[in-house]
Parts: sequence; C-alpha cells; structure tokens
Amino acid sequence: MAFRISRTGLLFALIGLAGLVLPFVQFKPNRIVPGEGLRLFEALSLPLGWIIGLVLGAVLIAGCLERWPAKLRLTVALLAVIAVTLALGAAATQLTPPDNTLARVSPASGLWLLLLAFTLMLADAQSRITLGLPIRLAMLTGAMVLIAVILGSGALDGVSVMREYAARSDLFAREAVGHLALAFGSLGLALLIGLPLGVAIYESPAMRRPVLGILNILQTIPSLALFGIMIPIFGWIAANIPGAAQAGVAGIGLFPAMVALFLYSLLPVVSNTLTGLTGVNPATREAAAGLGMTRPQILVQVLIPLALPVLLAAIRIVLVQNIGLAVIAGLIGGGGFGTFVFQGLNQTAMDLVLLGALPTIALALVAGIALDLLVEATGGRPKGGQA
Amino acid sequence: MTGRVLMAVALLFLLAFLASPESFAPLFEPFTRNNAPAIYTQTGLMSLTLSHLGLVLLAVIASTLIAVTLAILVTRPAGREFLPLARTVTSVGQTFPPVAVLALAVPVMGFGAGPTLVALFLYGLLPVFENALAGLTGQSPQVQEAARGMGLTPRQRLWQVELPLALPVILTGVRLTAVISLGTATIGSTVAAKTLGEVIIAGLLSSNTAFVLQGGMVVGIIAVLIYEGFQRLEQFAAARIGQG
Repeated sequence: MAFRISRTGLLFALIGLAGLVLPFVQFKPNRIVPGEGLRLFEALSLPLGWIIGLVLGAVLIAGCLERWPAKLRLTVALLAVIAVTLALGAAATQLTPPDNTLARVSPASGLWLLLLAFTLMLADAQSRITLGLPIRLAMLTGAMVLIAVILGSGALDGVSVMREYAARSDLFAREAVGHLALAFGSLGLALLIGLPLGVAIYESPAMRRPVLGILNILQTIPSLALFGIMIPIFGWIAANIPGAAQAGVAGIGLFPAMVALFLYSLLPVVSNTLTGLTGVNPATREAAAGLGMTRPQILVQVLIPLALPVLLAAIRIVLVQNIGLAVIAGLIGGGGFGTFVFQGLNQTAMDLVLLGALPTIALALVAGIALDLLVEATGGRPKGGQA
Repeated sequence: MTGRVLMAVALLFLLAFLASPESFAPLFEPFTRNNAPAIYTQTGLMSLTLSHLGLVLLAVIASTLIAVTLAILVTRPAGREFLPLARTVTSVGQTFPPVAVLALAVPVMGFGAGPTLVALFLYGLLPVFENALAGLTGQSPQVQEAARGMGLTPRQRLWQVELPLALPVILTGVRLTAVISLGTATIGSTVAAKTLGEVIIAGLLSSNTAFVLQGGMVVGIIAVLIYEGFQRLEQFAAARIGQG
C-alpha cells in the first residue's frame, strides 16, 4: 500500500526545517549589543551538531508520513523537545569562552521554530488519543518535574536567561512569591466578595442587570488605566483616612495592583456563580425544599455542589487572566515577574525580558491545564477543550 | 434606552475633550501637585488617540480576516485533519498573557509600533478563531441538509448559509479581540509605540495623577463604546437570522 502524506506532519516539517536553517542561538559579546546568529550545525562542536540536526530533520520528514501510531508520535515529539532544549544548553556552554562573564548566548528564531514544530506535533498527537484524567494529570506533573530536573541539573546554566537568573536568584524568588501572591490573593478576594454577590443577584433577579452591567464596564477598562487609577485613589486613602496607612494601604506597591486585579476578577466569578445556580434543575431545588431543608441549607448542600464545575471554570478564567495581568503590576512597583519584563525593556536587555515573560507563561499554562483537569474531574466540560 | 443616552453622552464628552483638552484643564487641576500641568501636551491627545485606534483597527482587521479564513479552512473536508490541533492551539494559546506576547515580540521586531502590532494581531487571532469555529461547527445538521437539498453548491452554502448563521458568534469574538487589543495597545507605549499609554505612563513616572486619569479616561470610554457598539451589531446580526 502507498504511503499517504499527512498534511499536519507536512506543516510541522516546514516549520521545523525552517528552524534548522535559521540561527539557533545568538552569540553576543555582552548582554545588550546585538549578536551573531549561529545555526544548530555551527553552534555545537563538530559531530554533535550535525548528528542532532540530522536526527531532528529525519524525525520531521518521517512525521510527514501518515499512519504513525499517535502514541509513538507523542513520545518522539517529546524526546525531540528535550533534545532541542539540551542542545541549547550544550551550545551555550561550548560557545561561551571560559572565564568570560560578559558574553551571552541567547535563544534565536531557529530554536523557537524547532520548539514550535515539535510542541505542535506533540499537541496534535495528544489531541488524537483520548487519555484518562489520571494519565493526563500524571503527564502534567511529569512535565513539571522534567522541567525542574533540567533546570536544576545545570544543563542550561550557560544560556543567557539562566545567567540573568543567576545574577538575581534572590530577587527572582521574591518576585515569584509576589506574582503568586498577586494572582492568588486577588482570586481569593474575588471569591470572598464575588460568591456572595453572585448568590445575592440569584436571589433577587432585579439586581442582575445593574450589577453585571457595572462589572462588565469594569472589565472593559484597559488594565494599565485601571492600575494607574488605583494609585491616586489609594494614595489619597492612605494620606487622608486615619489608620489606613498603618494598615498597609499605600498608593504604590502591592495594594493597588491587588485591588485592580480583584476588580477584573469579579465579573467572571459573579456571572459564573449566577450561571451555575440558575443551571440547577428547579425540580432538584423543590425536592430539597420538600425534604424540609432551609434556604441556606439548600444553597450550601445542594446548589453550590451542583454548580461547582461552573464555579471552577470561573476560577480557571480568573487565575489565568490574573497571572497574565499581574505582569503590569511591575510597571507600578507592585512586584511580580513584570518587574523583570519592564526592567529588561528599559535596559533593552531582552534576556531579562525573557526571565520575566517565560515563568509567567509557564505559570499561566500550568494553572490553565490543571484547572481544566479539575473542572473535568468534577463533571464539567473543560473550558479549553482538550487540555 | 438609558443605556443609549449614556453612550451618546460619553461619546460627546470624549469628542469634546479630544477636540479641546485645554478647556477641561480645571477638571483635572485638583489632581496635580506643585503646579504641574493638568493636561498632557507632549504629544496631542487627539493624535495619540488616532494612532492608538489606528493600531488597534489594523490589528483587529488583520486578525479577523486571517482567523475567519483559518476557521473556514479547518471546517472544510480538506482541512478537517487540522481541526483537533487547531482547537488545542487556541485553547492553550489563550492562556498566554498578552503582555508576555508583547514582550516576546520585541526581541524579534525591535522597539516601536511593529512589536505592538504583531502582538495585537497574534493575540487577536485566538478569540475570533475560537468563536468562528464554534459558529461554523455548531449549526444544526438539518439546516445543512436543507441547503444541500436546495441544490446549493458548497461555496454557496458557505456564503449564504454557514457564514450568516455564524456571524453573531464571530462578531462576539471580534468584540473580545477589539477590547483586549485596546488594552494591550496601551501597554505598547512601554515599547515605544505611539498610544494613549504614553499619557498614563508619563503620569506614573512624574506622579501626575491628572495624566493618569485623562489617559485612563479616554481609553476607558473608547473601550466601553466599542463594547456597546459591537453588542448592537451582534443583536442586529442575530435578528437577521431570526434569533433576535
């Protein structure tokens, strides 16, 4: 029988082969000047670069053929992603002259394209096999452990981003905690206020339109504007309301950022609470009332458990959104990974930008996938389709 | 009705403010300190607004065209193979923070309007694509059957049946994209794009609350107006296909 060409495989091969032709890394004499691009073959010492390049090329071309078992493709694509990552680390170590602390080896377009090609291959293979929840959870955990092992092993220590990290590992830990505090703190606040508010507008339908309308408008205000407006408001409160400054309220720092994120989170929490509660079959409610349960009992023991998947979906939206938006806090002195992003942009030090942007993306991805799994485990439909 | 009046008032206020910002100076003076200027004059507010809107408009049109085309392609028999992948990519891609996308575009594009435009375009693809996909795949088989029974060719079915039916959902996606782009473009000024973010950032750097307020106010009003405008369009499109 004839071999059929897989169109998806062809797309991945085109992307990946372009990645092999374009510069894999950039060698820069110091962290700010533009550098010289080196292809995968040139970036690694003689036999190694060619071997890795040829193997990756062979995998890409073989991927064009139809009728590969999806599980095999998944494994091969995963191995290829790891190989590309390790090749980056090896290239950085080999290219940096010993005792030179100024030279930087940064990832370049070829590397990104190779990673893109193989992650797409991975995603495509994964979307074609239906895996059970426990296996997908194990895969997520496995991926996180794998990343931790690679980072911890020092294999990437020569890469520019990791050198920026080494120069400020204490600060990184602090900003990471700050970022998480912003994202989870604002989520907590939003649940604390949003859940009761959602229940309240469920109980009194007349309030639904005005409340949701106001929250909608809040969500529409661009983040930078909202963050900016919080500063004078809290500055004024700190200066004019006795006791506020002592309680930690201040115009700059964590507080205004937290409140801005909280305001953005209210709409998803309130509207999903309402959707979840109204989605419960009225007969169920009546049955509970017939059993002699009081209104609060019905709410806590019947309605909220039934609405749980929709509530979890709201938590997913809010968490992913806030992890991303928390970057902007870096612009107003609120801490978080945004500090590195904006410092890097100011100094035109792109490795520093990456040091802020990559962990943010990773955090958002993990939060999104983990909560999708959780939504599915509680019987809801994951927001993001296949995770 | 009150909504419509409020929107008209907001629009008039915005136009008046942009036409002659100086006459609104007394409104912003209470927010300045040490005799700092009450109105941002480094660059005209009108020209900043126009360049901000231009950037957003360009990005939204580009991402809408590409995203709808892609959605049509993956829902045709020839492109079905890409459908599962497309779904995964959109759901994962949307967890990427817009700010991070913007920051990552800088090393590739350099500073200026370029990276902002690319980031807005890339990020804008996802909501439109997701909604177009939902709109095109969520149609009842009976309608398709009827269209086929009437003897419509695949191309006619697409233009006369599928796209009109999907239009309200697609417009919702475009609305999401437009609102997100408007906000992300503000942050574009940190990479030297000419947008209203410049006013807000100037205010933050010089602790001039008046600047922060006027920048935020202009972007905020535009965002709300665009949001409302699109909702009207969606209602109109839904009414046309008998779902209003």
